[in-house]
Amino acid sequence: MSERWRIDAVGDRCLLVGLGTEVDPATSARVHALVQRLREQPIEGVRDVVPAFTTVALHYRPECFVSPLPSGKRTAPRGGPAVLGSGPANDLAGPTPFERLRELLLERLAEPLEGVADSGRVVEVPVCYGTAEPDYGPDLADVAARCGLAPEAVVERHLASPHRVYMLGFAPGFPFIGGLDEGLEMPRRANPRTHIPPGSVAIARRQTCIYPLDTPGGWNLIGRTPLRLFDPAAEPPCLLAPGDAIRFVAITPADYRALLAERERAAP
Amino acid sequence: MRIEVLKPGAQTQAQDLGRYGYQSLGVPVCGVMDEWSHRLANLLAGNARDEATLEIVLTGPTLRFEAATRIAICGADLSPRLDGRPLRPDRATDVPAGAVLEFGPCVAGLRAYLAVHGGFDLPLLMGSRSTYVRGGFGGLEGRALRKGDVLRAPDLAPPPPARGPRSHPLLPSSLPRDEPGAPAWLRAMPGEHWDLFDAETQAEFAHAVYRISPQSDRMGYRLEGPPLRRQEPGELVSEAMNFGTVQVPTDGQPIVLMAERHGTGGYPKIAHVISVDLPRLAQLAPQQTLRFEIVTLEAAQTLYLQREQALATLRDALL
Repeated sequence: MSERWRIDAVGDRCLLVGLGTEVDPATSARVHALVQRLREQPIEGVRDVVPAFTTVALHYRPECFVSPLPSGKRTAPRGGPAVLGSGPANDLAGPTPFERLRELLLERLAEPLEGVADSGRVVEVPVCYGTAEPDYGPDLADVAARCGLAPEAVVERHLASPHRVYMLGFAPGFPFIGGLDEGLEMPRRANPRTHIPPGSVAIARRQTCIYPLDTPGGWNLIGRTPLRLFDPAAEPPCLLAPGDAIRFVAITPADYRALLAERERAAP
Repeated sequence: MRIEVLKPGAQTQAQDLGRYGYQSLGVPVCGVMDEWSHRLANLLAGNARDEATLEIVLTGPTLRFEAATRIAICGADLSPRLDGRPLRPDRATDVPAGAVLEFGPCVAGLRAYLAVHGGFDLPLLMGSRSTYVRGGFGGLEGRALRKGDVLRAPDLAPPPPARGPRSHPLLPSSLPRDEPGAPAWLRAMPGEHWDLFDAETQAEFAHAVYRISPQSDRMGYRLEGPPLRRQEPGELVSEAMNFGTVQVPTDGQPIVLMAERHGTGGYPKIAHVISVDLPRLAQLAPQQTLRFEIVTLEAAQTLYLQREQALATLRDALL
């Protein structure tokens, strides 16, 4: 299989590897295979590895990608005055830090990226859908009307879709979950809300998301989960991780309130 | 020892160089807006590690130090006074027990950084002491300082007398040195989506004067100027953004992403302000104007490495 990628500079201290152009499970698998490989064969000086739908970003410290000069030698950097003082002399005339990191990365891309499509975990996410308690899913009726389905049918299709976490982003612990039933595909709301209650489960395009914090947002709210998706003091701080399979489970408003109360007792 | 907050200031937050390693969980890096002044303040206060400093915006706090220590304030000149005596900027200052630090009018810049010897005693959360107000965590209880707060710094033996040069002619301040009223020049390198804009738009970006919008904050600086239109508008797949990324939303008014940016986004990235110029941008206030000068990645990284060497030199001299 031929490996194709593009490598770009996101400014002077971040490098981006593109592994595809389509948001699909195969590309996502390659993205997470590269993240896994960089975990197994880390590159010193890279301080954050950030997967997205089709790309992996490496945030790096450029000063870690220079060769020290043999002691006593000192050269003026290209296009600039000689460095004052007695700091460590680095070879500023060699390849740029970006080029050096690129070389180290290409070594790690030499072997094909075997797709690990999933993390091996299945996480159950209880949801009180808007059919039971409209306030928990204020857009469910509208979604149903636009799909030409009954609200119950929207819920059934949502429960039956093969959901998988593509990436976390936008807010701490915010999952972008792919795999939504084709029949539920729809754009984001024309007028985003300024406040969305934490735990809201929402859909847009072919994805589901869950809002971990009160944030603004434009996705269509269909239900709410009592789970806490992000706890800054926990390790790991996020309930979900890229590659996790998600199994949504419909619960009643009474279940929702009971689970929420239980959670608050455990961690007030 | 205790440092009592008698007045909190407008928006005083503890920040360090940021929370790297958790962007894959959607956790923003946060950290200081002006990395240069923050690092300078830490070195002058005698801190070898990256300790949290207080990022002070425009209106400074009033603080009482219970015990003797050493502090340094760098960045904006907010007229600091210790027990009524004016402090010179960019110097280490020995603080006697019980002294009160206050700030006055803003003379230059926007953000000052206060470092204390040994660093503020704040919990490390995901590897950082940076405050993330929107997320409600980090720093002091995930928020800006309030009246009555008590900060703590380690009780250390009285620090040795400040050594090394008391003035640092080799250290440029992050404060913009442009003519008053003239636009600040910021160097930027072309972004990954530079070619989604036609030559005319690229030239517009490189020559236009932009005004910093009042809707600018630690997350991003919104710029007002000639709109940048794309040849074929459309949504892009979300991918990495960084401190300094200049993104162009659908209205064509660019936004420079700052310390509290999201790690990913779907707007085209026309350019990236180079790292060594971000401290100057962080010192510009809303309504001030700026323009961009396009440079290469190679130039940006050479300047970056030169700055690291200058800081290493200072570190050798001070610590």
